[in-house]
Amino acid sequence: MVEQNWQLVRKQDTLIKRARIIQQIRAFFIERDFLEVETPHRIPANAPELFIDAVASDNWFLQTSPELCMKRLLAAGYPLLFQICRCWREGERSKTHLPEYTMLEWYRSHCDYHQLMDDCEKLLLHLCPDNVLKWQGKSIDLTPPWPRITVAEAFKLFSPISLETVLETDEFDTTIALKIEPRLPQDKPLFLTEYPVKYASLARKKPADPHVAERFELYIGGIEIANAFSELNDPDEQRQRFQLEESQRRAAGKSSYPTPKPFLNELATLPPAAGIALGVDRLIMLLCDKNEIDEVVTFIPEQL
Amino acid sequence: MYNCSDLKKGLKLLIDGEPHVIVNYDFTKPGKGQALYKCKLRNMITGSLFDRTYRSGESFEPASLEERDMQYLYQDDSGHVFMDKKSYEQVILTEETLGDDKYFLIDNMDVEILMYGERAIGISLPNFVNLRVTQSDPWVKGDTAAGNNKPATVETGYTLQVPSFVEEGTLIQIDTRTGSYVTRVKE
Repeated sequence: MVEQNWQLVRKQDTLIKRARIIQQIRAFFIERDFLEVETPHRIPANAPELFIDAVASDNWFLQTSPELCMKRLLAAGYPLLFQICRCWREGERSKTHLPEYTMLEWYRSHCDYHQLMDDCEKLLLHLCPDNVLKWQGKSIDLTPPWPRITVAEAFKLFSPISLETVLETDEFDTTIALKIEPRLPQDKPLFLTEYPVKYASLARKKPADPHVAERFELYIGGIEIANAFSELNDPDEQRQRFQLEESQRRAAGKSSYPTPKPFLNELATLPPAAGIALGVDRLIMLLCDKNEIDEVVTFIPEQL
Repeated sequence: MYNCSDLKKGLKLLIDGEPHVIVNYDFTKPGKGQALYKCKLRNMITGSLFDRTYRSGESFEPASLEERDMQYLYQDDSGHVFMDKKSYEQVILTEETLGDDKYFLIDNMDVEILMYGERAIGISLPNFVNLRVTQSDPWVKGDTAAGNNKPATVETGYTLQVPSFVEEGTLIQIDTRTGSYVTRVKE
C-alpha cells in the first residue's frame, strides 16, 4: 500500500486559500478597469541586471519579469495593465525565494510611483478587510497611510555606516540587507523610497533630486513584498544604463546578455507611467500565516 | 571548487586549511541587489561555531574527507560508538559533533563516517531512515479533515509533525535532509 504524499495532503487548506487570494487579486484589478494580459514567458532578452541571472532556454531565456513586454504594451497605448505570471531567477532559493515563482505586476499610464503606493494600501485592505494582519505572532496594522521612509532617512535611523560611505565602498546592498532591513519597524507595512539612481536601472530620476530614482520597496512584517518605480522613458538613458549593467556583469565574470532592442526602440512612445512587481507567494505567506514560501506552493523544486 | 550557489546545509568546505560544515544556511537578496549567503559554520576539528556572510562570486574549496563504511553500535557516556566493517576498529563521535544527526541513528545501522586523517569528525547519513513512534496523542475520532497534523516523538527522542492517523508504535520513514515525515512503513 502506497500512502498519499503527506507533504501535499497537508497543504490542502493553504492551497484553497491561495486560489481564493489570487481570485481576489484579479477581482481588485478588474474592478479598477485594469486589463489582464499574458505575455510570453520565454523571450530573447530580459532587461540586463547585474544581480539577476536568467535561466537560459535554448538560445532564449525564461523571463525574470514580464516588465519589458508590459512596457511595450503601455507604449502602444494600453493605459492600465496587470499580469499574474511565472518568473524564473537562477540560483535564488531560501525561505522566501523560489527559483520559479509567481509575480503580480501592474502598470499605470499618466501617473507616478505615489499612485502605486496607494494601490498597495488598497489591495491589502481588499485582501484583509479587518485591517489587521496576524503573521507569526505579530500583529500588523494595515490602516492607511503606511509609513514612507526614504533610503537616506533609513540610513540615518538604522545604519551604523552612512549612505555616502556605502555608496563609495559598494556596501549598499549588504548594509540594507544586514543592518537596515532587520531594524525596520514592523507594526505597519512600510515603503522604503528614493533609491540611489545606481540601484534603479529602469526607474526615472526624481526631478527635484536627480541623485535618486522614483523607486520604492514595500516591506510587510520585515519581508520585501514589492518593488516599484516611475518608469524611465528616455531610450538613450535606458540604453546607457543597460550598457552599464552589462559592463558590470562582464567585470564580475558573469555571462553577457543580449540587448532588448525592440523594447528600447518603442520606449520613445512610452507615456509617463509607473509599474510594480509584487511577489505573490510571499504575499500569500503573510495572508496564510506561514513562515516559509515552501508552505504556499504546490511543489518545491526539491520535491519534483 | 564550489561557488555560492552550491552552498547548503551540510556542505563541507575547507577554510584556512581545516574542514568546516555548514550547519545553518540562509540566502538573502535585497531588492535588485547582490545576493548574500549567510552561513553558520562549524569547524569539524575544534567544534567551534561561527557566522560568515559570503557574496556571490566567491568560491570555496571542498573538504575532501575520506568516508569509511561503518556500523552504528550504541551510545555510552563517551558518545556514539561506530565500528569499521572491515577492520573492526571502533570510533566515537560526541553528541556535539553529531548535532541533529544523532536523532537518525538506529542500532546496527550502516553509515559513512567522515575521516580527517585518522580522526572521525562527522557522519554521512542515508537520505531516509525508518524510526518507530514512541509517543503521540491518540487520533481524535471525527478528525477526518485531510492534512491535519500533530506532534510525535520517535525512539531516538526526535520530535516532528506527523499526520493525525499515525499512532504510537507505528514505524515511519523520515527524510534526514529535512527532518520531515514521509510515510508509514509497512511491516
